[in-house]
Amino acid sequence: MEKTDIVTGTIAAAMAAKLSNVEVIAAYPITPQTHCVETLAKYVANGELDAEFVKVESEHSAMATCIGASATGVRTFTATASQGLALMHEMLYIASGMRLPIVMLNTNRALSAPINIWCDQQDSITERDTGWIQIYAEDNQETLDSVIQAFKIAEDEDVLLPVMVNIDGFILTHTVEPVVIPDEEKVREYLGVYEPKHAYLDPDKPITQGPVGVPECYMETRKDLNDAIEGSKEVIKRVNEEYYKLFNRKYGNGLVEGYNLENADTVLVSMGSVCGTIKYVINKLKEKGKNIGLLRIRTYRPFPKEDVVEMLKDANNVAVLDKNISLGFNMGALGIDVSSVLKNKKVCNYIVGLGGRDITPQNIEEIINHVEGAKDGETKWINLRE
Amino acid sequence: MMNKKQFPREEYFAPGHRGCAGCGASIVARMALKAIGRDTIVVNSTGCLEVFTTPYPETAWKVPWIHTAFECAGAVAGGIERAIKALKKRGKYKGRKLVVMPISGDGGTADIGFQSLSGALERGHDMVYIMYDNEAYMNTGVQRSSSTPLFASATTAPAGKISKGENNPKKDMAMIAAAHGIPYVATACISYPEDFMRKVKKASDIEGPAFIQVLQPCTVGWGYSTENTIKIGRLAVETGLFPLYEIENGDFKITYKPAKRKPLKEYIKMQKRYRHLTDEDIEILQKNIDEKCKLLGLE
Repeated sequence: MEKTDIVTGTIAAAMAAKLSNVEVIAAYPITPQTHCVETLAKYVANGELDAEFVKVESEHSAMATCIGASATGVRTFTATASQGLALMHEMLYIASGMRLPIVMLNTNRALSAPINIWCDQQDSITERDTGWIQIYAEDNQETLDSVIQAFKIAEDEDVLLPVMVNIDGFILTHTVEPVVIPDEEKVREYLGVYEPKHAYLDPDKPITQGPVGVPECYMETRKDLNDAIEGSKEVIKRVNEEYYKLFNRKYGNGLVEGYNLENADTVLVSMGSVCGTIKYVINKLKEKGKNIGLLRIRTYRPFPKEDVVEMLKDANNVAVLDKNISLGFNMGALGIDVSSVLKNKKVCNYIVGLGGRDITPQNIEEIINHVEGAKDGETKWINLRE
Repeated sequence: MMNKKQFPREEYFAPGHRGCAGCGASIVARMALKAIGRDTIVVNSTGCLEVFTTPYPETAWKVPWIHTAFECAGAVAGGIERAIKALKKRGKYKGRKLVVMPISGDGGTADIGFQSLSGALERGHDMVYIMYDNEAYMNTGVQRSSSTPLFASATTAPAGKISKGENNPKKDMAMIAAAHGIPYVATACISYPEDFMRKVKKASDIEGPAFIQVLQPCTVGWGYSTENTIKIGRLAVETGLFPLYEIENGDFKITYKPAKRKPLKEYIKMQKRYRHLTDEDIEILQKNIDEKCKLLGLE
């Protein structure tokens, strides 16, 4: 039966993994992810989830274990953050290169040094080019829904790629919100049992997985991978619609969500929980007669180029908020991406919230005021101490 | 006990791969698969064996085989083992024992893959881990590993005017594996195929982790002519340098006792990696062996 519970983002993700009937979980504890894997361990210990829980000795081994399990043909899940994700880096390329539909929760946290356990998105942004689909949830409900959707997307025979669901550390991971928990049977019926149609490790049909890609074939494997992740846009949109019909919730078109874009001359672009703060400010300004729009990027890779161009076609001032910084470029990754797809339009970049620095409604208003008077291409660091 | 007449005729490791003439690693793979049989899933670390057996679209493996990275054979194997458990819950592979066989070189085992291996042994995954030990990083051109023996010359520990080559003794991986308290640990050498295959078979029948360190001379890295691979392996055992033993549920047993140990010099003189050594140097190595053999009861 569907019910509403009051839970943190990490527990919502664990609930989603349970609803999705994962068969092998491999995880290593790291703040702020721990509640997710602790909750899953508890489900297994109580017999509520019939999964193999592998208590690995590092995140590198967590991903390696998921790769082994997924390559044998079972549904796999893991969760990590920050340094843990960085330690997995090598294996992330291998998971996507071997076309394994692993689903991972990443709880966004800053990277060392100095060590900092608080939120920013540098960790997942750093893994941008690994061939993983990246979804950024705005709240705990979307976290739960995105993890379930992630399995559907990843296991689609036209996709067969790993999916990383990102949620902001502490802001979502340690904050409780009411979350609608769908009926277990309904979710399991929707996802079905994972039974790969392609080859996997099976003594009855022996195959060689992960051979040497000689120069005569390596480039084609990269092209196939790029085609697959580009092609996943249509699947992500389709899953968003299917999910809406079954569970009555949708997130924009699955790739992007527009908010108050009509007649908005100034539009903010961002990802994750800060979009909730932006929506609050937009509503407040609307009462005062000022019309500001938001374009929330939900799927960062594949990057929804077409939607960004189409939905920002009437905007004159575009402010991109980044919780990451490309050191040596003085811009965040989203700022660079949006600038590269918008021609002849003013795009300014705002570096916000690094290492858990607050992003207040006043900061959002400051950005709006700044972009309206700024020149194209300006970058500004917000809420920086003197 | 497996004897020569009982060697399975089936081949799961095909010829025609790109291993060197006289390659010891390919012998390890062929024998191990003969011993376990068709229901094996091989997990290969990056290294010689992986590279020369699978240049796409060719493969030498007639059993399911996976390679991911250098340092994670233990963890990948653990994932496969748990996935098989999960599939058995669904009713697949009913009544069959599938054997997961990670196979890694000494670098992939004793150096970069050490943590992953230790974690897998400690967690009790049912697997037969094979360390094919050729005592250096042969795939990248004979750099030293922690399994390189004292005074052997390697490209990152070269013998020189003020150096005798590697200046640390060989890391004892079999004993380190045994310290995990796993049900089965053994050493083996390709020059003793009955002994090696019997151990692999036994390891595959035992529930839980098994670790076998198999010495395989390498013609390129050790510097000898290609017909001498088996001969040199035999000398490593006959001199007492590489004793063959097994540790089953904590019980240590020598599985091959040379009638009379041969002098180490015979072994040393056949290999270019030791050609810089003086008689005094060889004497130091001989003394080390004598002490170790005394400890193991190999007088």
